[in-house]
Amino acid sequence: MRATPPPVPSPWLAMAALLRRDLRLAMRRKSECLGALFFFVLVAALFPLAIGPEPATLRLIGPGVLWVAALLASMLSLGRLFEGDHQDGSLEQMALSAAPLTWLVIAKLGAHWLISGLPLVLLSPLLGLQFALAPEALAMLALTLLIGTPVLSLLGGIGAALTLGVRGGGVLQSLLLLPLCVPVLVFGTGAVDAQMRGLGAQAHVSVLLALLLASAALGPWACAAALRLALE
Amino acid sequence: MASWLLKAMDLACQKAQRTLFEGVSFAVPAGSWLHIEGGNGCGKTSLLRILCGLSPAAQGQVLWPAAHTPDGAGGASVQRPDRRALHYIGHALGLKPDLSACENLCLDAQLSGLPLSRAQALQALAAQGLQGRAHLPVRVLSQGQRQGVALARLRTSPARLWVLDEPLVGLDAEATARARSLFQSHLDAGGALVMTSHQDVQLQGPGARWQLGAKAVPA
Repeated sequence: MRATPPPVPSPWLAMAALLRRDLRLAMRRKSECLGALFFFVLVAALFPLAIGPEPATLRLIGPGVLWVAALLASMLSLGRLFEGDHQDGSLEQMALSAAPLTWLVIAKLGAHWLISGLPLVLLSPLLGLQFALAPEALAMLALTLLIGTPVLSLLGGIGAALTLGVRGGGVLQSLLLLPLCVPVLVFGTGAVDAQMRGLGAQAHVSVLLALLLASAALGPWACAAALRLALE
Repeated sequence: MASWLLKAMDLACQKAQRTLFEGVSFAVPAGSWLHIEGGNGCGKTSLLRILCGLSPAAQGQVLWPAAHTPDGAGGASVQRPDRRALHYIGHALGLKPDLSACENLCLDAQLSGLPLSRAQALQALAAQGLQGRAHLPVRVLSQGQRQGVALARLRTSPARLWVLDEPLVGLDAEATARARSLFQSHLDAGGALVMTSHQDVQLQGPGARWQLGAKAVPA
């Protein structure tokens, strides 16, 4: 008989461990996480080349192009969010963990955002310069991406979990997710647009924040439920 | 002391409209082993997954000792315990190919909310005969060595019930002997073991074999 009772588990310890693990894995596989970032940079760089150097036109399309590029780049990195863990059995161990699966999902989504969302936010002002955006528009673009990319990660997590183990899941995932991402896109670009016109972007930013809160409240829970289904 | 760690009540499993098995009932007392036998595709892995609560059973129930009554004296519960009480190793070992064996052990323990120091992890790996391999990425290890890393994880687990799917596959004679002595010491310490294996594990002490598929209804 084992004399020592099992130690009391700490969900925080488990979350921190998972976050650290995912970041370390990303550092060991740099090419995978840099791929989406390069995609973002390339798409954003190709538009000014293709459309021509007319500043008025570029300024008009800039926020939209950067937002769409960010949306597609975050889609690209979603496919392998749970795929690796599913294949090597780590997901089963997470489901059996003493920490609730929802907490672990939050850590995984957080790691995903740090790896694939935050670099987009940091790079966006630089890329915005190509579209002749004014400094305040650049700041607003980065702010909307800062609020919007976590929403994309949270929604994307649900899609990735639902399509886990499905053949051709990538296409299905895009079909599932893109409609859900439309509000983020509309209010994200709308905020930058309103800022450029001097109308004030408070309303748009408030809606974006509301979207963030709603997806943060429901996303991890839905994601964990979908993962349990995928494990059956 | 009449204590049990797991009871299966009339379990059945259906896959793609076909009944894989039904009427599976057993109890696993503390200190005993249960060897689930059967041919390929008869549902051994499905049964283990049902036992661990990863898949739902088509019929029947899995009962656990109710929480805070480690010897089952306080009644039964359908609530599956977590990894403090149950350790499952499936076909997929749950090892990250890009992390070293030592990192895998530490992070895996922390993931289930149990702290584990590097020294403890290295000690467990050495006990499994993997000293010198502890800092290599798991992807460069052989199949048998990976299995060894997964078994080393058991040495650091506080769980009393181990559910193992083919734990000896790919192991050489020496590693098999180490695994046997690991299982035996777990049983002697009052733990229990539910496993599938195509090899004879030759464990001492109370135990049972369950032949799966004998009662299965053909398609």
